[in-house]
Amino acid sequence: MSGPICGPDFALSQVPATLAAMNVVVCVKQIPDPADPGELDPETKTLKRDVKLILDESDSYGVEMALQLVDAAGDGEVTLVSMAPNNEVGGLRTALAMGAASAVLVSDDALQGTDALGTAKVLAAAIGRTEPDLVLAATESSDGYTGTVPEQIAELLSLPSVTFAKEIAVEGDTVKIKRQTEDGYDSVECPTPCLVSVTAGVVEPRYPSFKGIMAAKSKPVDEVTIADLGIDAGAVGWAGGGQEIVAIEPAPAREAGEVIEDEGDAHERIVAFLDELKVL
Amino acid sequence: MGVSKIWVYGESSGDGVKTITLELLAKARELADTVEVVYGGDASAVAAELGEHGADAVHATGDLGGAMQGVGVASAIAGAVEAGNGPDLFMIGTTYDGRDVAGRLSVKLDAPVITNVVDLEAAGDGVVGVEPVFGGSTNVKTTFTSDKPGILLVRPKSFAAEPAGGGPATVQALAVPDTGATGTARVTDQFVEESDGPKLDEATIVVAGGRGLGESDKFEMIETLAKALGGAAGASRAIVDAGWVPYSYQVGQTGKVVKPDVYIAAGISGATQHMVGMKGSKNIVAINKDPEAPIFGVADLGVVGDVHKVLPKLIEALEAN
Repeated sequence: MSGPICGPDFALSQVPATLAAMNVVVCVKQIPDPADPGELDPETKTLKRDVKLILDESDSYGVEMALQLVDAAGDGEVTLVSMAPNNEVGGLRTALAMGAASAVLVSDDALQGTDALGTAKVLAAAIGRTEPDLVLAATESSDGYTGTVPEQIAELLSLPSVTFAKEIAVEGDTVKIKRQTEDGYDSVECPTPCLVSVTAGVVEPRYPSFKGIMAAKSKPVDEVTIADLGIDAGAVGWAGGGQEIVAIEPAPAREAGEVIEDEGDAHERIVAFLDELKVL
Repeated sequence: MGVSKIWVYGESSGDGVKTITLELLAKARELADTVEVVYGGDASAVAAELGEHGADAVHATGDLGGAMQGVGVASAIAGAVEAGNGPDLFMIGTTYDGRDVAGRLSVKLDAPVITNVVDLEAAGDGVVGVEPVFGGSTNVKTTFTSDKPGILLVRPKSFAAEPAGGGPATVQALAVPDTGATGTARVTDQFVEESDGPKLDEATIVVAGGRGLGESDKFEMIETLAKALGGAAGASRAIVDAGWVPYSYQVGQTGKVVKPDVYIAAGISGATQHMVGMKGSKNIVAINKDPEAPIFGVADLGVVGDVHKVLPKLIEALEAN
């Protein structure tokens, strides 16, 4: 990589000749494999997490983006921050194998049942121990998808933020972002330090190389508890949530209709179906 | 009993008040005696429409000067709450700016957010939010337990917008306090991606393509079919992530929620992430070569077949029609 080129519209000439070190924290979530999402435990009202956790694919874009920005700056490090039960590191090792330098993992029994705001408090405290120039996150996780954690972290750390980035370029102390909107995109400028949430497709995530996978095994993962972060157990978990699940019910099922095999005339059946609905 | 005052986060575009805001107002009127709007910007152009849809007042920040809605609106609301003028409940749409406002506000008030709400029920002096999980097969019902005002993030198309016939809402100034470093991001330019035909989330017919198309050029078949039907083209997350089409095409949990009269899914297997965004369609046609594809479980007409064979014939038949 010769420059911080993360989208087609940012020209090389815009990159200043001298670039300072760039330290990036990426928030990553380790989730059950979406191909086998598990189920809700009716007793604890949380996801049963007896399955192996993997790196949320949504987070691989942030990791890749961070690696490219650090590479472009010529100096700096990518640090991962994650919260997971039972000191799970499977997903972190994937991101370390991609090239992140180290990870901070917050794992604590008191965290069970923690909602989005509680999660943000924990992650913000962990991020606050470093002094990153940039914090990256996915717009939302693939399993919980509340989509509020990045902005909550920014507010807790008193950082400016830009969510839903589809392109990012760093110019000196300014981050230039194309932010997805309903009708197109906004160009947004934000001084560092700041937080940016990235949409899938902002960059193409690399596959970890064999060398990367081997190297990841010895990279440091700092395992901390909420006490280490100075967080009171009452502020997180079920008690800290301020909301309560009152019921888990099957949704009214949609009935499957007719299924036919195409024998060269399926298009006629579709036309007839549309005609019956009077939409033609 | 019931909720006495609700504030709805109001959003607008060049065409006026966004539909999501009108949907929220319709539901808020059912739940509370007093319904007011908070608006990040100059509300003079939207006060009449908001009033017609049941807003008694609009608390407007005035021009934010390019600052992000999330920081500006949340700070202004927090100021009002601190002064004792806040509501019992906030209703905010699951939009790009709505999620920013909800996230920032929850920290400022140390108040919980119930997200991905698709329905609301009055319960005692509060509300219960209904959120679909696992692709809509299960509903989780959640209520607030703290004494702070609750924040609801409501998905688009959860409620029907309906005018209430009220006069223009009174515009009241809502002061934005100094936001310090958090307020330093600035929008410098806005781009609207032109597309002919109806908008994806407003079209009565949606044709969506997925990985089964095989390669990015084949998406043209989806566009052509959508055009022939006077509908809009959509896509699954898989091909958006693969870069075949922009994010704005995405239908699903992460993308747009659509409820057209007819939804045609071509080469889409029906991952839970996709189903959440289209299960509410009135009629669903699915074409997929895998007879086990989950999409057939929700389709009114399922065709087990090759999209590369079925779609060209379908397009030809419709164009000849």
